[in-house]
Amino acid sequence: MYPFIFTKVNDSAGAISAVGTNPHAKFISGGTNILDLMKMNIEKPELLIDINNLDFKKIDVQSNGNILIGALVRNSDLAYNATISKHYPLLSQALLAGASAQLRNMATTAGNLLQRTRCYYFYDTVMPCNKREPGTGCSALTGYNRMHAILGISDKCIATHPSDMCVALAALDTIIHVQNASGKRTIPFADFHLLPGDTPHIDNVLQPGDLITHVEIAALPFANNSTYVKVRDRASYEFALTSAAVALDVSGGTIKAARIALGGVGTKPWRATAAEQFVAGKPANEETYEAAAGLALKDAKGYQYNAFKIELAKRSIISALQNTGG
Amino acid sequence: MDIIGQPIDRKDGKLKVTGTATYAAEFPLKNIAYGVAVVSTISKGHIENIDTSKAKALKGVLDIMTYKNAMQLHQFSSEGPGSGKFAEKDLLPLQSERIFYNGQYIAIVIAKNFETAKHAASLVKVTYNDEKPVFDINQPEAKIYQPAQALNGASPKTERGDATGALSSSAFSIQETYNTPVYHHNPMEPHATAAEWNGDELTVYDATQSVYGNRAAIAGMLGIAKEKVRVISPFIGGGFGSKGFMWGNSILAPMAAKFVGRPVRIVLDRSEQMFTLAGRRSFTIQKISLGADANGKFNSIRHDTTSETSFVDEFVETAGVATKILYDTPHLDIIQNIVRLNKGTPCPTRAPGEAPGTYALEVALDELAYKLNIDPLQLRLTNYAEKNPDDGHEWSAKYLRECYEKGAASIGWASRNQKPGNTKQGKYLIGYGMATATYPANRSKATVGLKLYQDGHAVAACGTQDIGTGTYTVMAQVLADSLGLPIDKVDIKLGDTIYPQGPNSGGSQTMATTGPAVRAAALTVKSKVIKMAIADKKSPFYGQAEEGVMVDNGKLFLKSDPSKSETYTQVLTRNKQPMIETEITTNVSTREPQKTESNPTAKDGNDKEAGSDNKQAGAKKIGASKDETKGNPFVKEDEGHDRKNMSFHSFGAHFVKVLVHPLTGTVKVEKIVSVMDVGKILNDKTAKSQIMGGAIFGIGMALMEGTVYGPTNGRIVTKDLSDYLVPVHADMPIFDVQFIDKADTNISPIGARGAGEIGITGVTAAIANAVYHATGKRIRNLPITPDKLI
Repeated sequence: MYPFIFTKVNDSAGAISAVGTNPHAKFISGGTNILDLMKMNIEKPELLIDINNLDFKKIDVQSNGNILIGALVRNSDLAYNATISKHYPLLSQALLAGASAQLRNMATTAGNLLQRTRCYYFYDTVMPCNKREPGTGCSALTGYNRMHAILGISDKCIATHPSDMCVALAALDTIIHVQNASGKRTIPFADFHLLPGDTPHIDNVLQPGDLITHVEIAALPFANNSTYVKVRDRASYEFALTSAAVALDVSGGTIKAARIALGGVGTKPWRATAAEQFVAGKPANEETYEAAAGLALKDAKGYQYNAFKIELAKRSIISALQNTGG
Repeated sequence: MDIIGQPIDRKDGKLKVTGTATYAAEFPLKNIAYGVAVVSTISKGHIENIDTSKAKALKGVLDIMTYKNAMQLHQFSSEGPGSGKFAEKDLLPLQSERIFYNGQYIAIVIAKNFETAKHAASLVKVTYNDEKPVFDINQPEAKIYQPAQALNGASPKTERGDATGALSSSAFSIQETYNTPVYHHNPMEPHATAAEWNGDELTVYDATQSVYGNRAAIAGMLGIAKEKVRVISPFIGGGFGSKGFMWGNSILAPMAAKFVGRPVRIVLDRSEQMFTLAGRRSFTIQKISLGADANGKFNSIRHDTTSETSFVDEFVETAGVATKILYDTPHLDIIQNIVRLNKGTPCPTRAPGEAPGTYALEVALDELAYKLNIDPLQLRLTNYAEKNPDDGHEWSAKYLRECYEKGAASIGWASRNQKPGNTKQGKYLIGYGMATATYPANRSKATVGLKLYQDGHAVAACGTQDIGTGTYTVMAQVLADSLGLPIDKVDIKLGDTIYPQGPNSGGSQTMATTGPAVRAAALTVKSKVIKMAIADKKSPFYGQAEEGVMVDNGKLFLKSDPSKSETYTQVLTRNKQPMIETEITTNVSTREPQKTESNPTAKDGNDKEAGSDNKQAGAKKIGASKDETKGNPFVKEDEGHDRKNMSFHSFGAHFVKVLVHPLTGTVKVEKIVSVMDVGKILNDKTAKSQIMGGAIFGIGMALMEGTVYGPTNGRIVTKDLSDYLVPVHADMPIFDVQFIDKADTNISPIGARGAGEIGITGVTAAIANAVYHATGKRIRNLPITPDKLI
């Protein structure tokens, strides 16, 4: 770990001014990812700004039915929130499928959005990695890539976005509230994370000095009929091989509307829009589910060790559709 | 109340759960410095240059030890049990610029605090002259050969009859290949050593399964008398074999402490270093052939194993070892081959040989049973070995049939539908599987020093270790029982070479070895006190026969008239004896230890380093000064059960129920029933914990564990506990551990055989067999992950 300066701030203005224009400043809240990265010399911030005193810790239901979640709401608190677990079971289940109880008690909503990939080679500073050190090459392309992405990949990077929470947020109409020195703005969830393309070292659209203050979920009545299916190598404390977040509006055996997003397979949280559109108006049966799953993975590309994910992801979607559609 | 067998809580439990048990890295040493390792990042070649200038310039860095400035070490050869073994005989740390594997020691950065040492280590710049490594058995340069000897000097080849000929003439046969990956031990406590010199005397606080072994190896490598070295290891946070052989940390800390002239502590990094500097289990490729008649009676068994070793030592994963003795067959062929690769050196891993070996053999049996359409349990009963098929000897005791019966009844074996892939529970496929467990019943030599104090409490000391298995507690139970004291009046001292020599904690031998020595010492002391009383006119026992006096709860009483009594305290006080002491060594002179985790060259256990000869420098002796073994009647009654005429093995059976998700291939182990015949149970709770722990190892092997080496360079990919998966609480099934609990009086008067490593044997196969029963899919490459089942 490299030496760094640690400071604690009490409000968002203080946080933003502490960063100033320093590209080597980082916020810390739960610290469940950045501390590991610092210990392994992957992140080397010069300035670490503790934002735990900021007042973004509430979950509020807005008058329009939207849910406004403070950036510092801990994953456990969000998962067990009565409104979330009743009206958005896919989000509650996704959160509880992530990490371990201890980590969920520390990890925050905004921090979860910003967690970095778990690619083996990103963490091994001896090996080339375009995400860690742009231009050095991608070790995963020819290396052990069993955990890697099959959607949204480029020849520079096939690392997955590791979050479970984000898969559920991708399935919902989520907006991210950001504040910086020049004011406040919102970013639609789909635009927040970036595909690797030629710049895999840039995970998202945030700029230095940007502070996430809230995450807002749009009201979606049929989200109460939703599920999160996660397939992994052990029952807890392990990232997804594949996962699927599904919400279905089913009436009289017919699907009226659907939300489908995938985890463990994409370089960013993956919304399966084509599959959603396909199932709308179709009968809720195996034939529909299998066709939808096929459509969701149509563009997937497997590598030496992760080709199985194409079939496993389909099965995860089918399983999630079965859970919600009968 | 009989204290033997009681499920009493661990005596050290409170210390451990409150964080006050002191482990090797936690001893507060004045003026301590911190050593952090720098390791190689290539798999083969030479160091071209080590640039330490940036690291050395950091404030707080004391010095940096490399092959250029480190002291010269001496070769050390193991002499036998308890005499130590350095894990890599041809790679003494920091002695040359040669690189044999990725993650090898190349420098120790020593600083005033840990954080500085760690940061400085990352600033050491190393350049190499690379050579092409051989890290994969499939590379053409990889040479497979038959080693001269396997673990503990065993032959790498066993032949009985004509297995190949018999196989081709068998009415039914199967021939399959089973693969197990590399496993890492991953003890909770990382390898750690702190060393402090006082003149020419050295004290080493070490995480080790063998304080005496490491003392000998450290002294030998430093070229000093072993009496000058004291090794202390009161608590060990798991070893599983990785702390049986000695690794670099144990010698580098003393070297570094000498180098900077102050105490130095070295703790291995959880990520990477614990994966490259502390041993592992080799992969295995096991070809198994079984030939049988239509009833399943074996005619031929072949078990051909290939495992790997490094270029700096030869360790053989003897997967065929249990196959020799488990089933009755007229024709048998066991072959063991190895290949040298540019990877870190393997070493014993909990049930070395048996754990991967019983996986392959017991799955092969399952395959044959389904092929013959007979009950897998019946197949095992048909081939039951009434005597040891390897040497024809009687078993010291064997109740495997009872294990099968109890296990089958507990899981509901008879009522399952034997057709695979055919039973559902809700949306899940369910499956049942079973397998046999076995492990040798080892015992070696131990010396115990015992003092009974006037106030009525007793302390026994032995230079063995409690590696987390419950040794402190179970030894206390044997002591309390034999001496007639309540459990809270006895204390056990372990893990220090100031105590008389005990066994290394390997090969599941600790209790079977130390128990009889504690018992003999306790009976000796008790006899001394009784003799004192019956010779004492003021005692109510004056003139009575020794046999007529009993002791219970610290009180002596007359068997024929229990109203006549007095306490140990009264006898000792009246006779002005502050304490009564003894030192006793037990062993069986003809005993041939079959295997121990840290002694590759086990001979007869009669090494020279008897406890009574122990001249530990700078130490107050805890054991008595007088060895009272010779002619001791309690030692004598422990002798005469000759290992040359009898076979000592433990047996058991695991029965497993699994649920498999038909779409996603996720496996959930729902229940494991383990029934074990390990002789007399000394503590029902610690013994069950051992078997349960073994079963958890089995879940890991079956479903998720395995170290992955990079396909392009042989560098470990899954090098921390996030990427190397071990089972977590959510993976836990219902455990039902049962014991036959019949004393094996041939192994010792106590009748206890080891109850450790046997727990892991067979269970992996039982799970794999249950997955087959659930799905109809036979996975022969571990682990059985969802991708292999879809």
